[in-house]
Amino acid sequence: MDYHLHPLGERGILIEFGSQIDPKIQQQVQLVSSFLEKNQPEWMIEYIPAFATITILYRVTAFTYREVCQEVVSLLEHINPASPHQQRVVQIPVCYGGELGPDLDFVATHNQLTVDEVIHKHTSGSYLVYMIGFAPGFPYLGGMSEKIAAPRKQSPRLRIPAGSVGIAGMQTGIYPIETPGGWQLIGRTPVELFQPNREEPCLLKPGDRIHFYSISLQEYHEWGQKHHDFNS
Amino acid sequence: MISILKPGLLTTIQDLGRYGYQKDGVVVGGAMDTYSHRVANILVGNDENAPTIEMTLIGATIQFSRDSLIAITGGNLSPTIDNKRLPMWRPILIRKNQILRFGECIDGCRSYLSLAGGIRIPKVLGSASTYAHAKMGGWHGRPLEAGDQIPLGDLQELSKKIMEEVHSEGNPKWSVPPRIATPFIRVIKGREFQAFTRESQDLLFKSEFQITPASDRMGYRLSGPALLLKDKKEMLSEAVDFGTIQVTSDGKPVILLADRQTTGGYPKIAHVISADLPILAQMKPGDRIRFREVALEEAQALLREQERYFSILKRLIELKFR
Repeated sequence: MDYHLHPLGERGILIEFGSQIDPKIQQQVQLVSSFLEKNQPEWMIEYIPAFATITILYRVTAFTYREVCQEVVSLLEHINPASPHQQRVVQIPVCYGGELGPDLDFVATHNQLTVDEVIHKHTSGSYLVYMIGFAPGFPYLGGMSEKIAAPRKQSPRLRIPAGSVGIAGMQTGIYPIETPGGWQLIGRTPVELFQPNREEPCLLKPGDRIHFYSISLQEYHEWGQKHHDFNS
Repeated sequence: MISILKPGLLTTIQDLGRYGYQKDGVVVGGAMDTYSHRVANILVGNDENAPTIEMTLIGATIQFSRDSLIAITGGNLSPTIDNKRLPMWRPILIRKNQILRFGECIDGCRSYLSLAGGIRIPKVLGSASTYAHAKMGGWHGRPLEAGDQIPLGDLQELSKKIMEEVHSEGNPKWSVPPRIATPFIRVIKGREFQAFTRESQDLLFKSEFQITPASDRMGYRLSGPALLLKDKKEMLSEAVDFGTIQVTSDGKPVILLADRQTTGGYPKIAHVISADLPILAQMKPGDRIRFREVALEEAQALLREQERYFSILKRLIELKFR
């Protein structure tokens, strides 16, 4: 494993695997995350994985920075970079267009496509969850077709409902909670990405693959009753 | 139980924060001034992490439905009972049906009210802290409102002893010292410090910055000279922490605070050291800041010293009310 160590503030140690968005780098971050999740070193407060880095907050009462560096180096020696990697594929139903996706027409016009072509391109992609951040359960996804890219809205909406699926530049994403935001909204999913009362509050994890599929407005509204277990 | 008669400007229930879920994008939150929060709890015999009530600039009016042991720390928002000023930084007995009022802000920005026995609310993801943005934690995931009736928890042995003594001897004449404000806020260099121009690196330590009104529990936006990068640089989002100073594209520094997002994509010029965050948390829009650099080792030593202070204070309270 190739990496560099840096302090982040006075209680963070940042492990840097690279400086690009790259599935191979993501996989290394993922390996270290899984190892930390399983082993939970006593000196660790928590870990925060990102695109190409993983930061560990540590107990300054236990270790100096120099000491924690030694711990991290020996810990990383235990990780086999070639260890097999099980990737989860998560299917996300989306009701495209209409009131739930008010900007679908804009995205189509902007790219000189029909609405159906946009939906087809969005549902045929395979998206890698690089990291979770910005808001609880918000996935940073890679792998969207550049043919459906669209600029952010000039003035952000004050309230974007939870479950909204949007496009901003070359990225697509899902808003897990109601928040303000400037993304072009093309649809909405009835699946709850973040539910604090669930044992695993966050549906998606870094390293997951996402596939979107299209559902009707009626299916969207019936989802809650049919899939109670999935959401609660 | 306590009843909120007037909520004040921004009154929330906070503990020491929600750790362990930043990997899921969940903000840590928690008390802005953890020093005052911890002292307030220690003074009434609570665990340091017990939820307290954080009030901002304009405090609340609160009625007590039972005799209660409380402590008020942090910024001075002129607390009174029956029109008499209430001393801060010591345990105080409040009688059944008395009304605790906070008035104008005399110094600081945030006041902490601890209640012996704590507040009886469920923890969400391991913490009682209010995270209003996601409508979770605290009291129904929101700031307190008039009419809220908040149940209190059961007193631990130490709290009972303190309460008995204050009951028979009267409120103590002693108090513990507040965290004294310093003329400088100490920082350590950030990961992208070297990416700033030489002039901007100097400006960080030589100029005065002012906290703008666009500041809140998420972060303090500062005005002052623009801090510029040598070269425009695209950065990938990565972890940030309480006290991280990011510089936005227009050259303005933002100090990330309790309700910060878990990751950030702006260059980090510096980090405010933990020992000085409580001083920063008591500053308000309009206040001026100067930064001074310390080494990482010194910042960590100061943090350990502060931890030692808390264990000594706890021990002293235990001995005094044994």
